[in-house]
Amino acid sequence: MSLDHAAVRHIARLARLAVADDQLESLRSDLQRVLHLFDDLAAANVDNLVPLAHPHDQALSLRDDVVSEIDRSAELLALAAASQGGYYLVPKVIE
Amino acid sequence: MNARMKPAASAWQAVIGLEIHAQLSTASKLFSGASTAYGAEPNTQTALLDCAMPGTLPVPNREAVRKAIQFGLAIDATIAPQSVFARKNYFYPDLPKGYQISQYELPVVGAGRLRVRVDDGRVIEVEIQRAHLEEDAGKSVHDAFHAETGIDLNRAGTPLLEIVSAPVLHSAAEAVAYMRTVHTLVRWLGICDGNMQEGSFRCDCNVSVRRGSDAPLGTRTEIKNVNSFRFVEKAIEYEIERQIRALENGEAIVQETRLYDPARHQTRSMRSKESADDYRYFPDPDLPPLVIAAADIARERDALPELPQARRERYVAQLGLPEADADQLCADRATADYFEAVLAVLPGQAKLCANWVLGEVAASLNEAGIEIAAAPVSAAALAQLLARLREGSISGKIAKDVFAAMWAGEGSADAIIEARGLRQISDSGALAAAIAAVLAEHPSQVADYRGGNEKLLQFFVGQAMKRTRGQANPQQLNELLRRALAG
Amino acid sequence: MSAASIAALAAELAAGRRSARELAEDALLRAERGAALNSFIRIDADGARAAANAVDAQRAAGAAPSQLSGIPFAHKDIFCTRGVATTCGSRMLRDFVPPYDAQVVERLASAGAVSIGKTNMDEFAMGSSNENSAYGAVANPWDTARVPGGSSGGSAAAVAAGIVPFATGTDTGGSIRQPAAFCGVTGLKPTYGRVSRHGMIAYASSLDCAGVLARSAADCAVVFDAIAGFDPRDATSVARPAEATLALLDQPLAGLRIGVAREYFGSGVQAGVGERVHAALAELERLGAVLVDISLANAHHAIAAYYVIAPAEASSNLARYDGVRYGHRTAQARSLDELYSLSRAEGFGSEVQRRILVGTYALSAGYYDAYYLRAQKVRRLIANDFAAAFAEVDLIAGPTAPTTAFRLGEKAGDALAMYAADVNTVAVNLAGLPAISVPAGLADGLPVGLQLIAPAFAEARMLNAAHQLQQATDWHLQEPAA
Repeated sequence: MSLDHAAVRHIARLARLAVADDQLESLRSDLQRVLHLFDDLAAANVDNLVPLAHPHDQALSLRDDVVSEIDRSAELLALAAASQGGYYLVPKVIE
Repeated sequence: MNARMKPAASAWQAVIGLEIHAQLSTASKLFSGASTAYGAEPNTQTALLDCAMPGTLPVPNREAVRKAIQFGLAIDATIAPQSVFARKNYFYPDLPKGYQISQYELPVVGAGRLRVRVDDGRVIEVEIQRAHLEEDAGKSVHDAFHAETGIDLNRAGTPLLEIVSAPVLHSAAEAVAYMRTVHTLVRWLGICDGNMQEGSFRCDCNVSVRRGSDAPLGTRTEIKNVNSFRFVEKAIEYEIERQIRALENGEAIVQETRLYDPARHQTRSMRSKESADDYRYFPDPDLPPLVIAAADIARERDALPELPQARRERYVAQLGLPEADADQLCADRATADYFEAVLAVLPGQAKLCANWVLGEVAASLNEAGIEIAAAPVSAAALAQLLARLREGSISGKIAKDVFAAMWAGEGSADAIIEARGLRQISDSGALAAAIAAVLAEHPSQVADYRGGNEKLLQFFVGQAMKRTRGQANPQQLNELLRRALAG
Repeated sequence: MSAASIAALAAELAAGRRSARELAEDALLRAERGAALNSFIRIDADGARAAANAVDAQRAAGAAPSQLSGIPFAHKDIFCTRGVATTCGSRMLRDFVPPYDAQVVERLASAGAVSIGKTNMDEFAMGSSNENSAYGAVANPWDTARVPGGSSGGSAAAVAAGIVPFATGTDTGGSIRQPAAFCGVTGLKPTYGRVSRHGMIAYASSLDCAGVLARSAADCAVVFDAIAGFDPRDATSVARPAEATLALLDQPLAGLRIGVAREYFGSGVQAGVGERVHAALAELERLGAVLVDISLANAHHAIAAYYVIAPAEASSNLARYDGVRYGHRTAQARSLDELYSLSRAEGFGSEVQRRILVGTYALSAGYYDAYYLRAQKVRRLIANDFAAAFAEVDLIAGPTAPTTAFRLGEKAGDALAMYAADVNTVAVNLAGLPAISVPAGLADGLPVGLQLIAPAFAEARMLNAAHQLQQATDWHLQEPAA
């Protein structure tokens, strides 16, 4: 699988990671080498195998519908770099 | 294609599918123990998980799963013995984890169907492709701050059931009728409060048009987050027209997300989103598959209430009610249950009971702006009133007065009738005296009547009623008057 | 340097010869003297003293103490500690003070163990050398020019240097076992789901596992018993009755069938490492175990599968670090997009960014089937290989890592070489199995680790074998020159 600059930009955009123009090529070749490692997957015989997403094929445990949380907004909002009037703040989003 | 060959607009067929988001009425969120109560101060109902605190993990709410199963059973769908929660990855400030936990390839509710009565009287069967559990996002507040957008995560993690119809609806009217039917059903089941102002029930509309019903599907647009029946109707109507106009002008339809502007009754393109949305769905590694035992499904099936459609049919077939009455009574379960509670006291009087529930009761509720559950006149209280009416103790007119007094909290029907001395005069002696007095007072009218003007009977009835202060048994009065005049 | 075991320290405390406060002060002093190793990101002297005082007060009041009451230790800086900064080795969380305790933190605190601070680690547990920490590399106590391994490098170095008798760790692809091997300590990775992940900052959720690094298998067993168990706050936590691993430590090994996977002794294995591992296996045989030649034919595919699955999960798990609710927020943002992309580019180091990008790619439209889905199938293949092997044997053995500790900087520019060294450990995580790395002596003066792998939930059997080996040998008692 060969990777071009546009593809690297696209992935970086999906991942919301800023990439400077002068880093693009080194990042591309770097990722290219890692992706090359994945060619090995094609060599494995996985015919008729069901994908394994969770070890032990375990089932999900559920919880009862109980409100167990108290208001900790002051403590939690204090962790944010920008908040006001009980809201987290981000630069204006235009819809 | 030249203008002459262009098919008439009537040849276009609209193809509509709805994705309805019904908020499941649970006390706590889908994956955390934070409250789902509406209207709290911003960010006061967020568990650590809801602000995506590092190291926090989701644990699903059993009740939300149960409600999803109930919906699936009610639309005759297969409940997946094993379904999978998946992550839908995208960045947005109201999505704190950077992904939404939803269900993708294996939803909890598989394909089902719902019979829908359209306004024009047709009944269509709407295929529902799937219904899946997912968490809601938080809320962005754009107008409260100068250069910033505020984020409130109270709603983040609220359980939603997304109900996806097949693209089988062909008009705004069908779409709205379907949406109403789903709305009735989820409230009937008690799995969603259906409150559209608070966003508990909203929908995305996928709309396309094609030339005739055999043509391949056209490019569709998605109208996001419409939260009233009227808006759904207007938005779809506008969008169908817009697409037809565009296509007839030789323009192509762009697959895009559009917003409905209720002020203008128009849809408009959202600022071109990510050129290629790529949500990178994958099974949530924090959540092993949701396994639902056959026994649990059977238990829910047994506990399922009689559904609105079945009840409506029973009202028509067994109780002999007109379809319109049955429809209205079954518009919500509380009304239908109220009706049945009244009927239980007055077996065989379905029409009388229906008239009162849909008449006086509905009008009073409407005027007071309350739900039937909060009605100050209980079904048992109404039944007592109707029993008095039935046995002839009071007239229909008096019954309405008594009902008004009951609504105002003055007591039971019997107590009010007693206190106000409203019991109907059925004593023929007393009535005869009143009639004799009336006839004596109006000799010329008596002569007219006897001369053939039988319309005057109502005049005498009115006069006699006045004398008895409305308490005369009307049938008896009629009978006695006729006899006296024939005299 | 003190190398006392948990049992020995517990006996001192019980006899009243030492107080918890004294043990805490000793540990704090050793941490200070060993500061050059950079094994700690943060020392919490005040917290340690308060906790030690509380334990001493309890003991004075006659409360029945657990074996861990008053024992000093350290937490990997991946576990959320209420009121104590938790960085996960990242600039992103430089000032992050969690509002809650991880389950592992709660469990050890309620057992009375006294945390003296948070150990250094590869950023977000991504690395095999501890060189990916935003807080500097950690030196291996055996040779300070070498890496301690990673990602739990700080925990391994702190235990090897005798600063604390044990430290918590996490293992996603070998992050407990490989540093344990490099630093000559015992490292236990329990079965996936045995120990709650609640409060443990996620790297790859379907692989992440909390565990312990200590001086011996017996000490690991004590800590394991304290931290294992069902937690309703983690939906992948396994509801199984706890096993008294300690009680089973002393069983004889007669008849125990140990599978020796020939794939674990391939050409990449350093000669000295192979020799030491064979010597350890011979010792186990002498103790009554039966060595069985087995094959794990797909073992080599584990690297590719792991380096697709772990980054894919990480790309999603790390999306929450967006500068909005906590963590690093860029000062340069003029728009929402810049807030995200600059905060993340500034807050994450290069290896984390690389894995996020790789994982994003593996999940993206058009590549999902070829990469992610196929990797999950290979994962099944690998799990099936283990299942087939465990139908024949009780444990599987091999070298934990193919080499001894490499030099700082030696592989720093070469991600692939670094990845390749995880070949013996990652398969275990893919299958969710328990495994332990135990010291097997030195090769050219550097520690070698023997890895024992057990079927799911058979930690007791594995700890028993490791303990019996340690009863018969003194490799685990070897210490680096001070």
